[in-house]
This record gives sequence, structure tokens and C-alpha cells, in this order.
Amino acid sequence: MISIDPIKIAIASGKGGTGKTLVATSLFYALQRERIEATLVDCDAEEPNVMSFFQGQLEKSAEVMQRVPVIDENKCTYCGKCHEYCNYKAIFILPPMKVIKVMEDLCHGCGACTVACEYGAIVEKDVSLGQVNQYAVSENSKIIESRMNVGVYSPVRVIKAAINESNNHRVVIMDSPPGTSCPFIQTVARADFVILVTEPTPFGLSDLKQSVETLKTMGKSCGVIINRAGLGNDAIYGYLHDQGIPLLLEIPFDREIASAYSKGKIVAAEKRYLQTLLLTVFNIIVKKYGNSHHQR
Amino acid sequence: MEIAIISGKGGTGKSSISAAFATLIGQPVVLADCDVDAANLHILFTPTHEEEQVYIAGQTAIIDYSICTHCGICMDYCRFDAIHSMDGKITISETSCDGCHLCARVCPHGAITMVDNDKSRMYSGAFRNGRMVYGRLAPGEENSGKLVNMVRDKAKAIAKDYNLENIIIDGPPGIGCAVISSITGTNHVVVVTEPTLSGLHDLKRALEIVEKFSLKAWVIINKYDLNDDMSRLIEQHCHEKGIPLAGKLPFNPSVVEAMVNLKSIIEWQPQSEFSRQIGAIWNTITQSK
Repeated sequence: MISIDPIKIAIASGKGGTGKTLVATSLFYALQRERIEATLVDCDAEEPNVMSFFQGQLEKSAEVMQRVPVIDENKCTYCGKCHEYCNYKAIFILPPMKVIKVMEDLCHGCGACTVACEYGAIVEKDVSLGQVNQYAVSENSKIIESRMNVGVYSPVRVIKAAINESNNHRVVIMDSPPGTSCPFIQTVARADFVILVTEPTPFGLSDLKQSVETLKTMGKSCGVIINRAGLGNDAIYGYLHDQGIPLLLEIPFDREIASAYSKGKIVAAEKRYLQTLLLTVFNIIVKKYGNSHHQR
Repeated sequence: MEIAIISGKGGTGKSSISAAFATLIGQPVVLADCDVDAANLHILFTPTHEEEQVYIAGQTAIIDYSICTHCGICMDYCRFDAIHSMDGKITISETSCDGCHLCARVCPHGAITMVDNDKSRMYSGAFRNGRMVYGRLAPGEENSGKLVNMVRDKAKAIAKDYNLENIIIDGPPGIGCAVISSITGTNHVVVVTEPTLSGLHDLKRALEIVEKFSLKAWVIINKYDLNDDMSRLIEQHCHEKGIPLAGKLPFNPSVVEAMVNLKSIIEWQPQSEFSRQIGAIWNTITQSK
């Protein structure tokens, strides 16, 4: 087994459907083939689908819980302090009618209401937000999947729990959720390097710009992979050049790739050249951003 | 009538189809871009900026170090792992802070204040086939569902003011709060999917959420000819779930061509068979009982 400097690489994109998962699964596959110990974390807790590309043995599964308040109406004096403390408007109260209600969907589990209550009328219960599942996919590689329950409002806690699970793993590839809001930030915040996957279209470019700006303010290094190159226009190349952002790789638009991916096949397994290219990109990133050279 | 277009999986063509619905000839609409995390339709439609509103996406805690004694009480109360002590100095991580306000309340010295996250915006104006509203969530913000609600409320007010019948909502990917906010109370939810294994997986979860809120769902299989077998599986799933297929669209490079030229496919090739099919899908959805 080859030993590599510890590194966490996030694969992200502003726009959805640009090929994040295609790149993440292909890179992970290429590392597997090289017998490099690696972990792929599926951070797209709203729509996790990395596991549909691999066969694996479920090793561990943990529920991700959040605490929500339960109000004991026998002890409650309807003073309204918990309502005042709640910054999420999750406690509804009508003192004259002696009505108090917790809106669990709005609760973030911060515990402020329990601190507020002077009458010991609030206890907390656990509710499930989703699961973190760990699979062994080969001798030395694992997949950690975050999976939010349908109907839950925010995937952030589930994502965080999944990333925490990978803390001590050496080489970690994170398949990020789309966008640049909180779930994206939580994912890339833990990364040593971010690969942004985009497509050469006006929508792709607009979303790429937003991702780049966000990463800049976070002080994160990034590079770009252009997927479906040849479809669309050239504006993106000028942008990368002007910004001094490295173009790591171009994956051509190819019906065969689209068709292989649609069947749940790992594209790098079908297109061997992609393995070689992704490994080259990976090695350059590790050399520059791996943790023997670079402080996290 | 409010029609929301969502997808579960990103990149299935949701926004291109929304843009097409918004430019069908002879019927001006209100277009609400509720993909506030990655709003794109304004690129195609360059709407006028008639109104701009600030959206407060929660708060962040800030320490006043001239008062803070680094006692660490705030750290004990924080449930978001946002407050850390390093070499005896207390710091709050902006990325992890959830804005719950508890640290500021428990600080015995009053050293913590809450500041509004006020970088997000909502814009509205005119575009070439009606009115448009769109939200722009600042990077890293949460609570996008509330911004979606704000965009939808504005769209409804505009529809009334301008006497426009139809509101087209371009929703975000995923199934989280922004999606829930985009679909609740709408007349039709159109889920755009593609014939891939991931597409099918995400479609199932998206349909679950539509079902949870007892809304009228439709499915469009976009690029259906990229994998006929998978398209059949999706059709079968819809059939089993009793969800009508509004239509199937073939893979069409002209859709990208149209986007590059900042047009919807309807504007780019109004006479094409593809545009005719989109019109037919619209009629199927809106003329149903």
C-alpha cells in the first residue's frame, strides 16, 4: 500500500448537475485502483447518491439527532421568556389563552429555551435528522454517506456528522452539496483544497464566479475541472485566465460518458484515460496542499 | 395559478424548462427565481431593477474583546461547536455560528452582540415577457427558505397588481427547506428529471416531499433518449406512484445554444418540434383538472 500525505479534497460546484459526483466517484475509483487508502464522503445529504455507484458492506450506521424542547404544561406559567429567547420563532405562545406550542420544524436545537425557563417546565427530547452510514468498499477504502430524512429542513448537522466521522482518515474526498450556502460552506471549510466542477455555459460560469468569490473570502485554494467541454462557449476560459485559477482538467462532452454515467457506471472505469488524468491532478494537489508541507 | 418547477438532482434542465414556460407566446407571466442559492434566470432575461429589498438571513455573534474576560461560559452553552478557546482566547467561528443568540444572553459581562446577516437581496422588475422576481442569498447563509417565501409573496403581489394569471417558480435543487418553501401551496409541482440512476434516486426523494405536502405532482423526463431503459424505469415508477408524466423531451444541443445566446429555447427556435413539445407539456399541466 502506498502512503500519501493526509489531505482532504472537496469536489464542489455552484450549479447542480455539472458532474461533481462523476468526478468524485471517478477520482475515488482511480485511487482505489492504485491501492491508495481513501475515504469518499457523500456530503450531499439532501440527495446522496454516491453509493449507487459502488458495492459495499455497511460497517456502521449512526442516527444524527437534534434536541427539541418538550413543554410541561403543568409547570409552565406562560411567562413567555422561552418565546423571547428563541431566535428561530419556534415557540408559539398565547398567554391569555394558556396556549404554548413548539414548532419542531423551526427548532434548531440551540437550547436557549431551556436556559430561559425558570420553572423547570422545559425538557428536551431527541429527534432524528438523518443518518451517517459507513461502508467498506474495498480492503482499504471506505464511503461515508450523509443522508438527511425527507421533510427535514436543513442538512447541515448531518453533513457535519459525516465529515467528523472521516476526521482521522488519511485521504478524504468530499462530494459537496451544490450551491454556495451553508451546506457548501460546512463542507469546504474542512478541505485543504477545493476542486470546482463546472460546465462552459453562461449558467455554469455565473455559478462558478459565485463559488470562487466565496472560497476567496474563506481563504481556500481551488482549481477547476470543466465538464462537457465543447458544449457551450469559451467565456469561462477567459475568466479562469484573468483570475489566475488553475484549469485542472477538461472532460469532453461525450454521449458515451453521459450514457455510462446514466447507467450508474463509474466513468473512469469505462474511460481509462480519465483515471490517469485524475491521478495526475491528485498527485499535484497532494504535493502542494498535503499536510506534511502545509499547515491546516 | 402557481406552478413550481423542481428537480431533486441539479442540472436536469429545470431552469431551461422554467425559462421556456416563461416565454410561451401570448401569455405574459410572473417569473419567480427561487433558486436563491444559484439564481440564474436573470442572466437570460436581464430584468430591470425596479425594486431591491434587503433580506436578513439570521444573525451572527460577535465578541467585543475590550469587555471579554475569556471566562468560557459562552463556550459551554454553544451547541453548534462555534466557540473555541485557543491559548486562553475565546473565538467565535462565523461559519459555524447558527445565530441562536444564546451566548450573548449567558455572557455575564455583556461582551457578545448579535449582528444581522444583511448581505442577501431580493430584486424585482420587468422582463421581456412579464415581471420577474429573484432572490440572491449571500454566500454561506442559511434560512434560504424564508427568502424563498419572500420572493413568492412578492411574486403574488405583483401578479395581482399587474393582473397576470400565472406565476412560474424556478425552485432550487435538493429537498431541503428552500424546496419545501418553493412548493407549499402551489397548484402544480413539476419535477424535471433525467434518465440516470442518480436522477431516478433523486426523483423518488423529490416526489416523497411533494407527496408529504399533498401537492399535485407532474414529471418531465428531460434528455430521455440518453438512456431509454432508465427512462422506462422512471415511467414505471411514476405509473406505480400514480403520478402523471407531463412529457418526455429528447436531448437537444440547441438548448445549450439558446442559453449561450441568452435566450430560452422557445425564443431561440420558436417553430421547432422541441418548442412545440414544451408548449404541449404546458397545456397538459395547466389544462388538467
